[in-house]
Amino acid sequence: MSGPSTYVPKSAFGRWFEQRLPIMGLMHSSFIVFPNPRNLNYFWTFGGILSFMLVAQILTGVTLAMHYVPDARLAFNSVEHIMRDVNYGWLLRYMHANGATMFFLAVYIHMLRGLYYGSYKAPREVLWLLGVIIFLLMMATAFMGYVLPWGQMSFWGATVITNLFSAIPVFGNYVTAWLWGGFSVGDPTLNRFFSLHYLLPFMIAGVVILHIWALHVPGSNNPAGVEPKSSKDTLPFHPYFTIKDGFAVVVFMIFFAWFVFFVPNFFGHADNYNPANPLVTPQEIVPEWYFLPYYAILRSIPYKLPGVLTMFASIAVFAFLPWLDTSRVRSGTYRPVFKVFFWVFVLCGIGLGYIGSQRVSDATILAGRLLLTYYFVFFLVILPLLGLLETPRQVPASISAAVLGAKGAAAAMPRGVGAEPSVKG
Amino acid sequence: MTDMTTAEPTRRDILYIATTAVGIVGAASVIWPLIDQMNPDLTTLALSKTEIDLKPVAPGQNIVVKWQGKPVFVRNRPPKMVEQVRAVPMSELIDPETDQARVQVAQWLIVVGVCTHLGCTPNVGGDYDGWLCPCHGSQYDASGRVRHGPAPLNLLVPKYVFKTPTSVVVG
Repeated sequence: MSGPSTYVPKSAFGRWFEQRLPIMGLMHSSFIVFPNPRNLNYFWTFGGILSFMLVAQILTGVTLAMHYVPDARLAFNSVEHIMRDVNYGWLLRYMHANGATMFFLAVYIHMLRGLYYGSYKAPREVLWLLGVIIFLLMMATAFMGYVLPWGQMSFWGATVITNLFSAIPVFGNYVTAWLWGGFSVGDPTLNRFFSLHYLLPFMIAGVVILHIWALHVPGSNNPAGVEPKSSKDTLPFHPYFTIKDGFAVVVFMIFFAWFVFFVPNFFGHADNYNPANPLVTPQEIVPEWYFLPYYAILRSIPYKLPGVLTMFASIAVFAFLPWLDTSRVRSGTYRPVFKVFFWVFVLCGIGLGYIGSQRVSDATILAGRLLLTYYFVFFLVILPLLGLLETPRQVPASISAAVLGAKGAAAAMPRGVGAEPSVKG
Repeated sequence: MTDMTTAEPTRRDILYIATTAVGIVGAASVIWPLIDQMNPDLTTLALSKTEIDLKPVAPGQNIVVKWQGKPVFVRNRPPKMVEQVRAVPMSELIDPETDQARVQVAQWLIVVGVCTHLGCTPNVGGDYDGWLCPCHGSQYDASGRVRHGPAPLNLLVPKYVFKTPTSVVVG
């Protein structure tokens, strides 16, 4: 993915195979010798963590599907059967359910890292757009997965989300009947959600391949936001970044495992251990935590269609980010004013999440509207204007200069830092 | 292939257009079954009528009956409640509609118990002697009319006929 491969197969079979399918050369140039900026911090390990989570979700999901029954009369009991009777079924299910949470936690950090360091700016716009598509697919997958246990939250979550489409003028009711396969959420809905929940992760995997391809054309962005200028600015992917990503994945797995083994229902909702009842809506229905900010946006608007449109717009706006941010300086490190607005935006997202988890009251609606206003002002007003008004700090001449400090780079340089990666200092 | 540019459309241009057109029609005719299979099937459509016995419903009582997988609210309204709900001026309503237009018999309110916002089932409660939706806080009055957003419309009145004064068929 980065120019002609320098891979030389060691064995005769390797040479024979490489001439027929050069996949080992592709792996070699993409994940062994691929030059990465040497100054990447741990926020850049979340791509690796997310790849790990995708594989973990597919593995646990495929095994759960061997025991799950997508039938409205049987689904709830089949999940309890997995929990009580299937060997290690409890472990697989808790890994899968908490895995979704971990997946979203990692993707939000990954996205905010991209936002802070300007990773969406030229020439990485397509890379960013592919990321937005992956995010949308993830949301669809997570939503349909949450419906499958067919508890009260599953049922009513499905009802509320599919009813978003009833806001479509004129055709709304036809669209919802088509989505449901009936006049309300029911057995046909559950069946098709299971089918699509199984399909979408593989579509995500496909777009992830495109995402990595688009990443390997310009290479990774980095905390300094300047492109590598010489081989002194980069290190080969292996062993430097395989080890670093591996370490981050292990740390992340510890965090993940803590939830799986000690508080597996921390992110769940007790109401979902009640079987779905189409006649009674639970007193409080809340989505999973990773949807709460969008839920808060939906509830902040007192009219149906505008509320639904605003919620979709809050996600769609990410796709326009590369063109909304007018600053030529990529990294937030060198943008003193942007930095402040960025952290306020992060707090605003957390605030919206909190509002989304609360019961509706006049106070929460007011707070939701204020936060919602900032959310859109940040994207549509602050980012375009800031690029024109802000005076950025001096951007380093190169990655090496950024790592070593602007002055006295040579004197401060420890032995070997400036050396070629292949030479030990 | 050699590039041929002529002022007049050639026979080959016609063939291209015709082939593409047939191809699109063919593809669309294959896609339609794949899309339409998701619409409500025959067994679902067959369950479209439900008969409700009104005898056990005491004055002031609400019952919930399942129709087409959805809840239907049936309320036995005492005369005082009917009077109050009919006294509300149209200007106060989000979706103006008289109570008379929403019931066949003043005593019996029959509405689909699906919030017109995002489809939750409202619970009895709220400030208007009617229902309060737990999801997003919409409120309905004793005629099933929306009185507090975000719901945009009144609770839907299903088609129904009284078979006898104490038995009604919904659907």
